[in-house]
Amino acid sequence: MSDKPLPTPNAESRPFWEAAAQGVLRIQRCDSCGAAQFPPRAICGHCHAKGAPRWEDARGTGIIASHTTVHRPPSPAFKAEVPYTLALVTLTEGPRILVTLRGKAAKSPAIGTPVMISFDPPVGPNAIALPYAEAAA
Amino acid sequence: MMRASITGVADTAVGNLPGSSCMGLHTEAAAMALEDAGLVAGDIDGVLCAYSFTEPHLMLASVFCESFGIQPSYSTALQSGGATGCVAVMQAAALVESGMCRNVLVVMGDNRLSGMSRDKAVATLADVGHPQFERAFGVTIPALYGLVAHAYMHEYGVTEEHLAAMAVNSRTHAARNPKAQMRQPMTVADVLASRVIASPLKLLDCCLISDGGAAVVVSAPDSAQDTRAPIRILGTGQKNTHEHLVAAPSLTAFGCYDSAAQAFGRAGVKPSDIDVAEIYDSFTITLLLELESIGFFEKGEAGPAALKGALDLGGILPCNTHGGLMSYAHSGAAGGLFHVVEAVRQLRGEAGPRQVRDAKLGFVHGDGGILSAHCSLVLGNA
Repeated sequence: MSDKPLPTPNAESRPFWEAAAQGVLRIQRCDSCGAAQFPPRAICGHCHAKGAPRWEDARGTGIIASHTTVHRPPSPAFKAEVPYTLALVTLTEGPRILVTLRGKAAKSPAIGTPVMISFDPPVGPNAIALPYAEAAA
Repeated sequence: MMRASITGVADTAVGNLPGSSCMGLHTEAAAMALEDAGLVAGDIDGVLCAYSFTEPHLMLASVFCESFGIQPSYSTALQSGGATGCVAVMQAAALVESGMCRNVLVVMGDNRLSGMSRDKAVATLADVGHPQFERAFGVTIPALYGLVAHAYMHEYGVTEEHLAAMAVNSRTHAARNPKAQMRQPMTVADVLASRVIASPLKLLDCCLISDGGAAVVVSAPDSAQDTRAPIRILGTGQKNTHEHLVAAPSLTAFGCYDSAAQAFGRAGVKPSDIDVAEIYDSFTITLLLELESIGFFEKGEAGPAALKGALDLGGILPCNTHGGLMSYAHSGAAGGLFHVVEAVRQLRGEAGPRQVRDAKLGFVHGDGGILSAHCSLVLGNA
């Protein structure tokens, strides 16, 4: 577990991981043009307005945009979990996020399936809580 | 405008080459390309290199020049993943067309198969994933392309058989190429029966890991006229839309269309004019999606066409005639340069048993990242 490549928060991402550790999904939104943004960046990638976009709590809902089930892991750290299913989820607010798919949504993953995002318990020195998705109730 | 020409090409042996080294492959390919062009080391005033997994260095072009024993007036290393070969040829053309250089040597190579373990190669490649928002979930390059594959299949009705047809085509061509790493005949059923790597991609949907090097000399018009068989660079184009798949604007439309449209526009030709295509094929989905995005086939039609032989010799678009990354070889940045080398050989009429008859116009396409960076070349022998 400990040799997995856990994220190291940086200036752009720290608010995301702080919220994640509380079980809350946060994304950025530009005050100038209103665009929602993920992954977090230092500037709005849509209108390039000065200053960092603000953070807002997302609804934590979305649909599966695509999925893959990994049988050949990137490193021994993931070996115990194969096969595992990853999904790109299009959040209700618009941006996509990559997550592990769990529960019945992972058994027969399908594009278009509504899902909700939850978080694992925080681990490691930076208290990283990784998001995952399961079928919306 | 006076066009740049490719005046020399070479590739080393490819596959499993125990005892090879990254710089050894570079210098071997460079010497062969110079000989092919009829030039000597002193004629080279520009050098473009790429990157290495086995001998990584911050300044690989300087390392190469030191190793080869030349002191060009211009040199640098470029990094655009699998697009680097095409990007370097495009950059070399700009250097000679601007008058900055007369002969630019593009040289790449790596001993990725014998020089590191397969596990280490897979892990190093997976590091292109987003450090915070992709890698933590256990992504691999095949997984990221698997995500693209499912999205594209869903949107355009592409099947796993259609994907498999891409791999079978590569193997059919490779069987005619004595240098190819994988030449054993293969069927659609073989591809479908191979073990799953990251669904829907199976082992035989994926490119090889290889040792090998390649080099290309790009020359200014006045220099090219003295060489044996110059091939003109008629058009070039590029487009990047993202780096990480999680931030891609679309999962089914990428920069390949714009990149190719630029190259066709500058060359004044259209896809149906192309006689032979050498298109980046890291996975079957990569090639199928590029063929349909670039305009060679309508959406959803490349697979059925390939099953009927459209990409084979005698088909409407002979493609990856050396065997491509899935059956010829894939040794890092040199993998994309193999496509350039093969296009030049086809346009010179030097491809032997795999020669496309009367090939006059060639198209080469490179893709780096997860369909992130694209670069296209239109080459001609007239």
